[in-house]
Parts: sequence; structure tokens; C-alpha cells
Amino acid sequence: MAKHDVRITVNGEPREAAVESRLLLVHWLRDVLRLTGTHIGCDTTHCGACTVLLDGEPVKSCTVLAVQADGREVATVEGLEQDGTLHPLQEGFQQEHGLQCGFCTPGMLMTGRALLEGNSDPSEAEIRQAISGNLCRCTGYVNIVKSIEHAAAKLRQESA
Amino acid sequence: MAPQTTPEVCGMGHSMKRKEDPRFIRGQGNYVDDIQLPGMLYLDIVRSPFAHARIKSIARENALKVPGVLAVITGETLEQYNLHWMPTLMSDTQMVLPTEKVMYQAQEVAAVVATDRYAAADGVEAVEVDYDPLPVVVDPFKALEPDAPVLRTDKEDKKDNHIFHWEVGDRAATQSALAGADVVVKQDLYIPRIHVASIETCGCVADFDRVMGKLKVYMTTQAPHAIRTVLALVAGHVGLSEEKIQVISPDIGGGFGGKVPVYPGYVLAIAASVVVGKPVKWVEDRMENLQADSFARDYHLKAELGATKDGTLTALKIKTVADHGYTDAAANPSKFPAGLFSIVTGSYDLKHAFAEVDGVYTNKPPGGIAYRCSFRVTEAVHTIERLTDIMAHELKMDPADLRLKNFVPADKFPYKSVLGWEYDSGNYHGALRKAMERIGYAELRREQADKRERGELMGIGISSFTEIVGAGPSRQFDILGLKMFDSCEIRVHPTGKATARFGTKSQGQGHETTYAQVLAEELGIPAAHIEIEEGDTDTAPYGLGTYASRSTPTAGAAGAMAARKVRDKAKKIAAYLLEASEDDLEWTPGTFSVKGAPQKSKTIQEIAFAAYTNHPPGMEGGLEAVSYYDPPNLTFPFGSYICVVDIDRGTGEVKIRRFVAVDDCGNIINPMIVDGQIHGGLTMGMAPALLEEISYDENGNISGGSFMDYLVPTAMETPRWETDKTVTPSPHHPQGAKGVGESATVGAPPAIVNAVVDALAHLGVRHIDIPITPEKVWRILKDKGAGL
Ligand code: FES
Ligand code: FES
Repeated sequence: MAKHDVRITVNGEPREAAVESRLLLVHWLRDVLRLTGTHIGCDTTHCGACTVLLDGEPVKSCTVLAVQADGREVATVEGLEQDGTLHPLQEGFQQEHGLQCGFCTPGMLMTGRALLEGNSDPSEAEIRQAISGNLCRCTGYVNIVKSIEHAAAKLRQESA
Repeated sequence: MAPQTTPEVCGMGHSMKRKEDPRFIRGQGNYVDDIQLPGMLYLDIVRSPFAHARIKSIARENALKVPGVLAVITGETLEQYNLHWMPTLMSDTQMVLPTEKVMYQAQEVAAVVATDRYAAADGVEAVEVDYDPLPVVVDPFKALEPDAPVLRTDKEDKKDNHIFHWEVGDRAATQSALAGADVVVKQDLYIPRIHVASIETCGCVADFDRVMGKLKVYMTTQAPHAIRTVLALVAGHVGLSEEKIQVISPDIGGGFGGKVPVYPGYVLAIAASVVVGKPVKWVEDRMENLQADSFARDYHLKAELGATKDGTLTALKIKTVADHGYTDAAANPSKFPAGLFSIVTGSYDLKHAFAEVDGVYTNKPPGGIAYRCSFRVTEAVHTIERLTDIMAHELKMDPADLRLKNFVPADKFPYKSVLGWEYDSGNYHGALRKAMERIGYAELRREQADKRERGELMGIGISSFTEIVGAGPSRQFDILGLKMFDSCEIRVHPTGKATARFGTKSQGQGHETTYAQVLAEELGIPAAHIEIEEGDTDTAPYGLGTYASRSTPTAGAAGAMAARKVRDKAKKIAAYLLEASEDDLEWTPGTFSVKGAPQKSKTIQEIAFAAYTNHPPGMEGGLEAVSYYDPPNLTFPFGSYICVVDIDRGTGEVKIRRFVAVDDCGNIINPMIVDGQIHGGLTMGMAPALLEEISYDENGNISGGSFMDYLVPTAMETPRWETDKTVTPSPHHPQGAKGVGESATVGAPPAIVNAVVDALAHLGVRHIDIPITPEKVWRILKDKGAGL
């Protein structure tokens, strides 16, 4: 199978690799880079456990080929914490009990991050809409909504 | 109950933040598919497109030509080792790989082992299987007809498709009570097949060390110890013996019962690893998961409920056909082929009841396993709560009044139910009244009347359920003969910190936090200083695992009992250190002091240090204890839920406007976690009520086999659940707790259905089978001339 040389920046770090054309971005992240925080929960682009940011936009990395990320920036859950400080979303999820088994959590966090970057004060309806492509089987979403609200409030406070 | 310990100690009743979260919010969890061992191979599975077919041939040559493919395993390969069949947890048998015929669509037919997952998938594509289709039986009633083809031809004496008959109660007395009742309502109900669909699918990494003869299996399992025993029983004859098997259940991405059974994929990965001597990973994809593993429900019920004119419920009779698919692979205690279905008299003081269940084979994957309730309690609660509403309608009584009139009164506990259970404690009136107050029941009824005048459709539904959890007492409960106790081992270290191990396995319930709180409550050691470990059979004490809401009632209780043993020894050490008699000591969490002289005291940390440095002469050193807790009874959590729905007359869409859940799970370990469990449970109760169903066409083709058409609730459909509680401690659990994981899944569906039927009752609607899809409602509205 043909290999392609790609340069992809992952969590701020430039990476170079030769990847098969059909290699999914999620498998490259997980199996090659060993960034296993990005999860796989389905095969039909429904669950969102694999959500990462591609040039700041949330994408389902199970439905992106690694070659499609060539020359672009990928952000994963592993890059949320900065210099030992949790991202307000990470703090929000812990404070508001926004996770149980934790399997959907990385995807929720990345979707949440993209939401808050574009909207610092989302309503409950906007949050629910934003995470509607991320399935959680454990929490019933109530506390995920609260977690994102918690983070939004904290971010607003920080920038005030 | 106000917490007895300080926030620093964080015993029961504190909403301690979870100890497991720091790794999960950083993406540092360790799930099975995250494990990558040197030289690891990948296994993928060839599955049958037919629901019933003879296998004429399997050609592996082309697959073996695929770069990276190392081996193709078939039933014949396994037959050489007598590993092609395995027992189910119900002592039935299940194919690992077929040698003659397949029995359901998506059944495992062959396995491909390759150097990476893409090569394995290519190999699967290249295996050529030639099938000869056989007649398919998907309807359990047809399966019971005398001329139906016998499906289990592997069983020599089997002449039909009937698996078991089970009954409980007095048939004759119930019949005559029904005959004498003023009013009898009858209803058929179907509770369809559904799937837990935990967001992590099932999988394992099997790692066999040829030199040491040791097998290590990292596995998505809720019951690692039981699985190890099963593996030793299945593969003992090929040299795997129990002390050489280590089952490790790492972080689990949701279980809900779907990760209790042994699936063929696990066995195949293990067999492959043993044969090639390298680690082998198998992780199923979502479609495999939805099409082949862990189905629940599939109960066809005929129910009759009798009452006097003034609304006293008198008798209940139920006949059930249970579709188990091609094998009985449920995970019920062995004496209970229909699980704990006999909780079906629910929260009501019924004098007569009879229930019978017949299990049937069909051409479907193994069913009856679990969906956040494995023991048929959901089916039972759905039936009695629906029938109660139908009766209220028949008697023109308010469904709340009918319930309040018939509840087992609080002063009758412990209560012996007519079908043989002893309910430990309850206050059903309290829970329903609280829910009615919280939601504003009377006001809602007025609103509904007004809306009805205007032609708007709004309904209010109640469910007052009684759960039955904590299996269970060893005199009655075992799985494959293994008694259903559970365990805890505590080691208090010299510096006063502790490590404790349990026989259960969390899949998101937060055991690392709650068990630490259980021990903190008993020992006064801060929960932050107690490390909890589970899921490694080499280190944890034997236990039957986490399912059926049993962790708190069994292993949690074991934790409390082991902690009390530690405390007993600590008391002796304290007496020695304080030069006092044990009888003169009193305990406040974390400290023994001399009665009347509180300045003379020793903290648990000081005592722990002394246990290793200065223990009394004649006493063994150390501060450790183990408990294998055999509960004297089950626990019976309960609650009352009220749901308000609005129905769109144009589209038939049901919108849950409000849902108030008042739960009583006895004393609470961590209120935050209990609330989270209830939120999740309610969502998994709403899902089958409104969205989820796995069905089959007459050829056994599955519908609902991917997330394209199996509709797991998103944040859009899920309402903002409102939770509240009453607290009625269990009298026999050492800490008065009961278990809560499944209450809401069990209790929610009838509240929702009752609300929808209530909204349509004036049109003559009496019952709707779940899932209540917009299409079903739209058709009803059209039928009744009430659509838009
Ligand atoms: S893995 Fe489910 S959407 Fe990507
Ligand atoms: S926390 Fe388990 S799937 Fe969301």
C-alpha cells in the first residue's frame, strides 16, 4: 500500500510520518503516537468518542484520514492541560461529576473546547446542541451540561 | 442522614470528588484497546450473513495470501482441542466457532490473526465461506409450534425449541381470586430486545507466556474472578490451570451487564495467543457489538390484574414467553432461570399472584443478558406498573390514589411478598407523596384538563417501583455453582494509610471513591488516604463482580465488615497503648479514647504505627483483615417517578417536559455519585421507552445493528432530570445502604409510557408497547382522528 509523507502538528509539536493512504487519523494518534486519550466507540461517525480539533474545528478522527491532516494542526485531550494547570473544562468535569466511565470524556472535552472558543456564554440549549454528536451512555448529560457551564463561567472570570 | 465524619475524613454522606477523575480528564485512562504489547498481533472475526445455515466449506487460502495475515482459525481448528463449544453462565452451551452450522446473523464463523488491525480486516474480507441456508425461526411462538424445525440439533435428545419452564406462586388460588374479583384487566405486553451499547465495545489482549505457562488476559469484564474460573474450566484440559491465569480488568468504558458473559472473541484471542505464543488483541467494532453480543429483554407477556370495586388490588397472573436466541446465555443465578422476575408484585400488598415463564430458542444471538438490570426486574416492574395504570383507568381512579391505596404500608416491613421475597424496608407512601409535591401533581392535573379542552395532548405518568438487588445470599444464589458473596481485603500500612482490594469491578460507578468512603466511615482514616484496587485476579480477593447493583450490598458490606475487624484489633492495640481495658474505650471516627478522659486517646494512625512497631505481646503484628460477606437477604431499593409529556399532534413526537425521580436507596455513601447514577439510569430507562429496539425480519436479518439505526439518546432528547430522595436504611446491610445503579433504568420506562398513554387515554388508548416512536404515536393519532 502506498505511503505518504505527512507533517502534522499535534498539540503544538510538529510530527513527521509516512502513513498508508487508508490509515485513519484516530489510529495514527492512538497506535502510532500512542496518544490513547482519543477513543473509538463506533464505526458510523455517531459517537464522538474520537473527537479532536483539526485547525480548531471539532472533527471525528475516525472519519478523517491521517493524510487529510497533512500540514494541519491537531489538538487532542492530552494537550488540554498546560504547564500543570488543568483546562477549565477538565476542572468543570471533575467538579460537576461530568464523567463516569470516562470513555466519552475526551471527546466531550474537545467538543466543549471548540464550543467555548466560539461562544463564551452558551445557553443550555446551545451546549446540548454542541454535544449532540457525542454520545455518553453513563451520565445522562445533565452533569456534562453543568460541567461545560462551569468551565464557561471560569473562562469568563479569567478574561474579565 | 448528616455525615458522621468530617469533610477531611470524608466517610459516608459526603459528595467527595472522584479519585478516578484525574486520569480520565487527562485522557490517561487505561482501557483494553489502549494496551499495546511488544509483538502484539490482532485478531478479527469473519461473521455469518445468514441467521441459520449449514457451513459447506471455508476457504482460507486467499486470506493467507494477504500481507500480514498469519493464521485463519476455524471451528475445525478448535475442535482438535475440543474448544469449539463452551458453557454459558446458565449451563447451556455456546459455540466458539461453528463446525456445522451457524445459528444467527453475525455469528462468529472464523478468525483471522495478523500483524496489524488493517491486515486482519483484509484477511476477514478474503476468507470465503460457502453456506447452505436453513429455515429461520425468529418468532418464539412459532418456535414453540409442534412442527417448528428443531434448532439445537447439536443436542442429541432435543426434540423442540423449549429451554425451560419456571413458575412461582399459587396458580389455583390466583385463578380463583381473579374469578372472584369485581374488575379484571388483561393486557399483552412486548418488551423488545435492546442492547446496552456501552460506548467502549468488548475486547481483550491475551498474552500467553510459553516459558512460564502463564496466561495474562486484559479483558473488558465486570466479573474477572468468575471469568478466570470459567476459563480454567473451559480450557483446563489443554493445560490452562487457574493459578496460571491472570485476568485483569483495566479501566472499563461502561458495562451495564454487557461485559459479564464470555464471548467467543475472548476465547479466540486466548486460543490464538496460546498457539502462537504472542500477545493477541481482539476488539470488536460497534456493529459487531450491536449485532452479536449481550442482548436484553425480549419478553412477551400476558398479564391479568384483579381488584375490588373500591380499588383494592387482589390478584396478579402472568404468562411469559422469553426469547433467549439460540442459547441461554443469561447471567442469572442458577436457581433463577427467569432472574428475579418474581418481584412482579411490586410495591403492592397483593394477596395472590402467579407467574410463569417459558424460555425459547430462536435464530437470534444469545439474549436475556442485561441492560443495566440483568435479572428481569425491569420486565417485572414494567408489567405491574403498566397494569396498575390500566386498572386505575378501568376504575376511573387517579393512578396516584390507586397506588397510595395499595402500597405495602411502612409499618409492614420487613414484608413477605406473596411470591416469596422478604422486602427489607420501605416507605412507598413517603416517596410518592414527595414526588407529587415536588412536581405539583394536583396543578398538573388541572393543567391537563384545560389542555384537553383545547385539544392539546399532555400526560402525567407515575411509576412506583420496588427493586431487588444485592445478589445474594449463598443459600439461594450462585452462578455456575459459585456462591454470590463478595469480598474485601484491607491492609492498613504503618503510617496509617491503607490499601484495600475488592472482588468487584467498577465500570464508571466510582468504586475507587465510594469504597474509600465506606472504609473511611468505619476506620476514620481519610478516604483520600485509602487506595482502592479491583479487577486483577492475582491480587484481589475472590468475588463475583459488579452487576445487578450488587457492589454496595455485597462488596461494600464486605468492606464495612473487614474494616470492623481492623477496628476490633485496633481497639486491642489502643487498650494496650493507653493501659486501659477495652471496655473503657470509646470510638469516635478515627480515635479511641478512654471514657471520661478524652485527653487519653490514640488515633487510628498512631495505632497503625504501633501495630508494626509496638504491638501487644502475644498478638500478631500488622493491621489487616479480609471479609467474604454473605448477605443475609437482598436489598430492596425503591422510588416513585413522575413524568410529564407533551405530544405533538402533527408529528407524534413525545417530549418529556419534566421528570421527577424520588429514589430511596437506603443510606447514601456519596450523594453526588448517587445522583449521577440516577441520571444515567433514567437516560437508560428513557432509551427503550422511546427510542431503542433491535428487531429482526423473518429471515433473521437484524435491524438496529449500527448506530445508524440503533438510537442511543443524545443530549437533545434527554431531559434535565430532577432528582430527590427519601432515606429508609436497609436493616441488614452493615451501613444501611441498598445499591442504586439500576433503580432508575428499572423505574423510568413505565413512568414514561404511563404518561404517554395518559395523554391519549381520552381517545380510548389503553396501552402502547415500547419503544413509543413518533411513528407509533402518529399512527394512533391518525387512527383516532386526533392528528393534525
Ligand atoms: S469513533 Fe464514533 S464517531 Fe468516531
Ligand atoms: S462517562 Fe461513560 S460514556 Fe460518558
